[in-house]
Amino acid sequence: MNGAHDLGGKHGFGEVDYSQQENFVHAWEEKVFAMTLACGMLGQWNLDQSRFARERADPAEYLAGSYYEHWLHGLEILLVEHGMVTEQELQSGKSDSPTPLTAATPRRVDEIIGSGGPTELDDAAPALFSVGDTVVVNTDNTTMHTRAPTYVKGKAGRIVSHYGSHIFADEHAATGKKQPQHLYCVKFSADSLWSDAARQGDSVHLDLFEPYLISLQQHIASLQNLDA
Amino acid sequence: MGDLPSNHHHHAPASEIEERVKKLESLLIEKKLVDPQSLDKLVDTYEHRVGPKNGAAVVARAWTDESFKQMLLEDATAAIATLGFGGRQGEHMVCVENTASVHNMVVCTLCSCYPWPVLGLPPAWYKASSYRARAVSEPREVLQEFGVALAHEVEVKVWDSTAEIRYLVLPMRPQGTEDYSESQLAELVTRDSMIGVDVLSASR
Repeated sequence: MNGAHDLGGKHGFGEVDYSQQENFVHAWEEKVFAMTLACGMLGQWNLDQSRFARERADPAEYLAGSYYEHWLHGLEILLVEHGMVTEQELQSGKSDSPTPLTAATPRRVDEIIGSGGPTELDDAAPALFSVGDTVVVNTDNTTMHTRAPTYVKGKAGRIVSHYGSHIFADEHAATGKKQPQHLYCVKFSADSLWSDAARQGDSVHLDLFEPYLISLQQHIASLQNLDA
Repeated sequence: MGDLPSNHHHHAPASEIEERVKKLESLLIEKKLVDPQSLDKLVDTYEHRVGPKNGAAVVARAWTDESFKQMLLEDATAAIATLGFGGRQGEHMVCVENTASVHNMVVCTLCSCYPWPVLGLPPAWYKASSYRARAVSEPREVLQEFGVALAHEVEVKVWDSTAEIRYLVLPMRPQGTEDYSESQLAELVTRDSMIGVDVLSASR
């Protein structure tokens, strides 16, 4: 979805406030961070679903809210959607009914942090593209979670790395299924993204899943359809 | 707060959020969905144990050990693992090298992707709208605001971490540090230099 989180290239935010050096600005933010990770460890949703929950915030609220407000909001949404808490419980702060789930112990927390969640996944179909290929990002205007930012849609870039196949974040967020898709690093000339504002030779690199990409030939063919 | 967690509540004042967080915490503890000791452990881990000191050790090793540097640039995940760092949000690492002609800079325009095992949790500015919006479209202006004036000839490469690959910038070793030990070099390496918004000097 191209919600308020899709910020690349947007104007009007002013200078970077470099005084914001810390990760946690308020004490409650530590709690939100820890509760989000700890609840994630219950295994009821994956990281991409967690990201999607934050992105679904009302755009005005997203932009007005601080980073950990997004997290708090996302966590509340997930807990309610998965039937782990009710809206009434959120309001009262008191439990009305138990759940069968078991909290991650500190030892389990250490294990999960240590092993992480690798996303590399074999079994993808043969790769459609190779390093050096020119590709165009498709203009799929999905309302679901995606890692293709608006500012590269319809733009042409060159594949500079093939990172193998990884869990496709879009599918993972939508259904929870771990579907392998090839992941490429695509280089875009800053000039092609921002025209005059950019210095010739500067570039922006993005990691893009294969379903986001079409070949240059396909792109040209789609333009020829205009004459039909 | 009557309409939580729907999408229509307004930007809440700090005291209201604090209250909301307190209620959520006691609710989750009562329902045994979180273990309070695990919450403490998570905060302690990322506040005190994991941070940019890890990344600085990686950089200093790369500056002093050419074969390590080659490994870091070819397979950063494996190279970083040899120093004992890895895991959550650093499962797939790529290291990009700053040189006299190329300056690399990292951002996550969609959220806040950041290499936790080597840099810890990101500073608030990294997650703020201004940096996320502008790092891709006007990196040179952003760098200037950080006090980094790049010569026009230096090519800027921005890395927008849109998938699960996490990027670490290998900053240039400052001049005049030929006699420094690996640990002295590590002291010079700033978090920001590994994000690509700082250029190092020996007189830090």
